[in-house]
Amino acid sequence: MDVIVIGAGIIGAAVARELTRSGIAVTVIERGAAASATSASGEGNVLVSDKEPGPELVLAQYSARLWPQVARELADELGGTIPADGLGGGHRAGSGAAFPSIEFDRKGGLVVATTDAGIEPLRDFAATQVAAGVDARPVTLDEARELEPDLTPSATAAVYYPEDAQVQPVIATEALLASARRSGASVLEGTEVTGGLRGADGRLSGVRTTAGDLHADAVVTAAGPWSAELTARLGAPVPVQPRRGVVLVTSRMRPRIFHKVYDADYVDAVGSGDAALQTSSVIESTAAGTVLIGSSRQRIGFDDRLRVAVLREIAAKAANVFPFLADTPAMRCYGGFRPFVPDHLPLIGADPRLPGLWHATGHEGAGIGLSVATAALLRDLMTGTEPAIDALPFSPARPSLAEHLQEVM
Amino acid sequence: MREILIIGAGPAGLAAARAARARGASVTLLDAADDVGGQYWRHLPASLSAGREDLLHHGWATFTALRSDLDDDPGCRIVRGAQVWAIERGETTGRPDAARPDAARPDAGNRDTGRPDAEPAEHDDRGGHVVHALAGPVDGTDRERITLTPDALVLATGAHDRTLPFPGWDLPGVFTPGAAQALAKGERVTVGERVAVAGAGPFLLPVAASLVQTGTTVVGVFEASRARTLAAGWLSRPWRLARAGKKGAELAGYAAGQLRHRIPYRTGTAVIRAHGTDAVTAVTVAKLDRDWRPIPGTERRIPVDAVCAGHGFTPRLELAVAAGCVLTGDSFVAVDDAQRTSEPGVYAAGEITGIGGVELAMAEGSIAGHHAAGGDTGTSPVRAARVARGVHRDIARRIEAAHGIRPGWSSWLDDDTVICRCEEVRHGPLRDTAAATASTSLRSLKLSTRAGLGICQGRMCGRTVDALLRQHAPHAHRNDNATFDHRPLAFPLRLAELADHPKDNDRKESA
Amino acid sequence: MTVPPFPVPPSQDPIRPDPGTSIRISVDETEYPGRAGQTIAGVMLAAGLLSWRYSSGSGAPRGAFCGIGVCFDCLATVNGQRDVRTCQRRAVDGDVVVTQHDPLPRPPRAPAPESAAESASEPAHRSAPEPPHPSGPDSPLREGGSGA
Ligand SMILES: Cc1cc2nc3c(=O)[nH]c(=O)nc-3n(C[C@H](O)[C@H](O)[C@H](O)COP(=O)(O)OP(=O)(O)OC[C@H]3O[C@@H](n4cnc5c(N)ncnc54)[C@H](O)[C@@H]3O)c2cc1C
Ligand SMILES: Cc1cc2nc3c(=O)[nH]c(=O)nc-3n(C[C@H](O)[C@H](O)[C@H](O)COP(=O)(O)OP(=O)(O)OC[C@H]3O[C@@H](n4cnc5c(N)ncnc54)[C@H](O)[C@@H]3O)c2cc1C
Ligand code: FES
Repeated sequence: MDVIVIGAGIIGAAVARELTRSGIAVTVIERGAAASATSASGEGNVLVSDKEPGPELVLAQYSARLWPQVARELADELGGTIPADGLGGGHRAGSGAAFPSIEFDRKGGLVVATTDAGIEPLRDFAATQVAAGVDARPVTLDEARELEPDLTPSATAAVYYPEDAQVQPVIATEALLASARRSGASVLEGTEVTGGLRGADGRLSGVRTTAGDLHADAVVTAAGPWSAELTARLGAPVPVQPRRGVVLVTSRMRPRIFHKVYDADYVDAVGSGDAALQTSSVIESTAAGTVLIGSSRQRIGFDDRLRVAVLREIAAKAANVFPFLADTPAMRCYGGFRPFVPDHLPLIGADPRLPGLWHATGHEGAGIGLSVATAALLRDLMTGTEPAIDALPFSPARPSLAEHLQEVM
Repeated sequence: MREILIIGAGPAGLAAARAARARGASVTLLDAADDVGGQYWRHLPASLSAGREDLLHHGWATFTALRSDLDDDPGCRIVRGAQVWAIERGETTGRPDAARPDAARPDAGNRDTGRPDAEPAEHDDRGGHVVHALAGPVDGTDRERITLTPDALVLATGAHDRTLPFPGWDLPGVFTPGAAQALAKGERVTVGERVAVAGAGPFLLPVAASLVQTGTTVVGVFEASRARTLAAGWLSRPWRLARAGKKGAELAGYAAGQLRHRIPYRTGTAVIRAHGTDAVTAVTVAKLDRDWRPIPGTERRIPVDAVCAGHGFTPRLELAVAAGCVLTGDSFVAVDDAQRTSEPGVYAAGEITGIGGVELAMAEGSIAGHHAAGGDTGTSPVRAARVARGVHRDIARRIEAAHGIRPGWSSWLDDDTVICRCEEVRHGPLRDTAAATASTSLRSLKLSTRAGLGICQGRMCGRTVDALLRQHAPHAHRNDNATFDHRPLAFPLRLAELADHPKDNDRKESA
Repeated sequence: MTVPPFPVPPSQDPIRPDPGTSIRISVDETEYPGRAGQTIAGVMLAAGLLSWRYSSGSGAPRGAFCGIGVCFDCLATVNGQRDVRTCQRRAVDGDVVVTQHDPLPRPPRAPAPESAAESASEPAHRSAPEPPHPSGPDSPLREGGSGA
């Protein structure tokens, strides 16, 4: 079987790797460069803590199981090491083409409420997660401070999630793609898909690109927030919209934040589809000693202009969770566009309207974390294997999406 | 009245302020330093004045007159110690095609036509940019917040030294020439007793002169370009530049000083290594071939206690990039004949549009200030400035031809030479990661190597990393448009200063 | 004997400097004299200090490099505020300067025992001290592990 994967973000890279490893001939087509769009514009949280019981949580738990294994396989295969000095990507100098580490770190997460009104909802949410198999541990404030000594004195409740992890998303994307290449995938960068090719039976039989036509048995869209535009070109548009997010980066400091720490409104912001600006704190330190402070959510199309008001809000909330951050310099901000789907679930599976077209897109703010499970699921669906989790909730044919899907053009 | 905001009070910004005032505009001039003057007229602070400070400067009288004219002028507000940390683009910006069909493009056809003499109404080319600055002690806290929405913006943020890495360049005692000069002119501190001045470009000479004036022994000025390249670039030896007007005379002055103080000037020679453990104690200099590759067998070790190394300049582009200005192929701000950038209402002058020295910066500043204030092309003061700009752009081209960086320099690197100082990314790992990821994206390469991600935000290493990656990556071709010049926060600021809590030190104004 | 860098002796300086106002600042609890208007880096350099920071990776000494506020090599903590560019900040009488060294955090804990063994064989990092691990061995949070 020949498959074309459109998009070389983390989703396209993970999908290409899984398909190639199961014997499929894969060509990845990327209009820009690999690992340079959304997957290079966010953070690398691999979370279960922010997900309410339901299909996305199941997918996240599946990913949480796969990541350690994938991280190990990539290190074995590409020669990446666990960073010796955390810098320069953990190289052995002069050792030739050693891959940097993907910095997978299951450091655990701590969700903190800072108001009295926030205590109940946080506890209740955790209880429902425990019922769904999440390791969520309500902790006392003393225990929370043992985990995070610099936590705000105004914390009112906290829940510890040992399963939360992080990866370095760009290196992870490059590593997944390099692994796919080694197994035989080819990657065409600087090549844009401009339209679809149809067989006599109406099936999608390939794509038109800026470098000519390419034929395949199946086409997978993994074009992140541009998936609506891309699928419109292919004749079967899917409702993926951009949702802007901005992150602040501090200067380096001695290690003072040891887990991923969120304020409890984070979960609300994630679950909401509101177009207006929302911010909530996700605070984490990186292997370089900096602290990433995310993030905002705003549906403003592809407008990437700096908005100081957004930064002000992110900064204020972070200083509310860790007061010492008030004195810490922010040295950079960056942002991107999450691929947002109206019913908040990614599209993974065959398009019901156009045979030959498959989707792996719409992961909104969780595509890094969900990438490896998405790829495994799609691989099973495409090869006719029983998937490890129920794939129906992610099907592009699901009822909650029907009102948003137009007829094939 | 038209409100003009000028960022940067070096020669270009000062000239722009004068010209905009001459056209009757109201001017606000911001500079991060605590006095005006920029790199060229960097001087002692008021509390350290000296009877004969003029001895340290060229054109000191011009400067002090300009400064006091502007200081005394009620239509010109100078805000010292004001760090601009962000520029937001307004609703009318960011769509260069729709907004400004005549916008500057690197090689826009006839640059001389400028705009029609009858200038359109005032607000016509307002870009709606919002400029955010903090005034107060450098890197302080609780500084005064200044938010400005001018009718036109003149960017004159200058340049800083570019130093090519060499083994040992991260040792204490290795400085940029700009540092040595700033310390000599602004502090009366000398960086060492025996100093090697190395790199490329005519501005090494004034730096050597400043050092000599602080009582230092300059063991040599080591110019990487070979005599033949220099001659081809300058069409004459640098000390004969008297023909090229005042600039040449100034450089000739340095040559005379050099002879007087017996500073050896060596061409085709570079400092290729600094020795020492906790501080530099010696350098190795070597002869270079025409591509700046060291010639084996020519190495010589010279004991020194300081090194000043600079191989040209890097324009400070972050604010121009933030404002949305298009850059030229060689990474300067693209401007048209009126010093207009591609962004409506944004003008640029001085070193950010090309490295050409103080006269060029002032000529461009005058033109930019004049047009930003609504002036037209034919007016006589700009006519003179345009002539000066022509002459000195020619010098800028000569500087590049004579002293431009040649690719062979990278052969003096070791695998463990630090390339990115902040993140200590070394040459070997940088090369290996580029090879391992086979990436064609600068964004990805930055994030996988960490080069340029530290607190200087790639100011020191950006150009170097870019060049090395192109040399080493399997694909010199890039499929992304990332640069090192994109710094949405132009300078770090504390979260408390950023945070949105009510403060009395918020000053919002319309100028 | 003067150790470079050093101030130009005012009596020999052709520009005839005014004496100015004396100030004192402390750097890591040692007092240094200066004159009002000097930068903090200027005071330190004039006192013969060439470096006042250690780099985060290799622990190499760093001081001033660019002198004009763009390299961030000269950072120090001033009056409790970290990351101040000392080449730009004017010294004020009584300023308390503390040198700043921000070692990198330890590399992430390995995802699984096999690679943990691998990472243990990496050379120990020269300058990074043990990060305090907040949950001690008998913490209730510890059992079940946080992935280590
Ligand atoms: C601020 C922010 C923070 C985030 N934090 C997290 C987090 O902590 N954890 C997490 O899991 N997720 C996070 N995310 C979300 C995550 O980044 C995304 O879900 C994920 O990167 C999506 O990956 P992708 O491969 O679908 O898209 P992308 O990485 O955008 O890749 C799509 C690719 O398709 C290419 N393409 C598009 N159209 C075409 C065409 N016509 N032809 C050829 N190629 C085309 C694009 O050039 C692009 O390279 C965050 C996102 C943001 C913005
Ligand atoms: C070491 C050295 C030696 C030189 N010697 C000579 C010489 O001998 N002869 C000669 O002709 N030229 C010399 N030059 C070049 C000289 O610097 C320029 O010709 C001239 O100063 C350029 O003027 P400018 O106005 O473009 O920039 P600058 O003089 O650099 O002024 C830019 C100003 O912008 C300010 N600024 C930048 N960013 C911000 C911000 N975000 N917020 C607020 N303010 C900001 C800076 O503080 C600075 O004051 C030398 C340069 C250096 C570095
Ligand atoms: S010496 Fe470079 S910022 Fe101070």
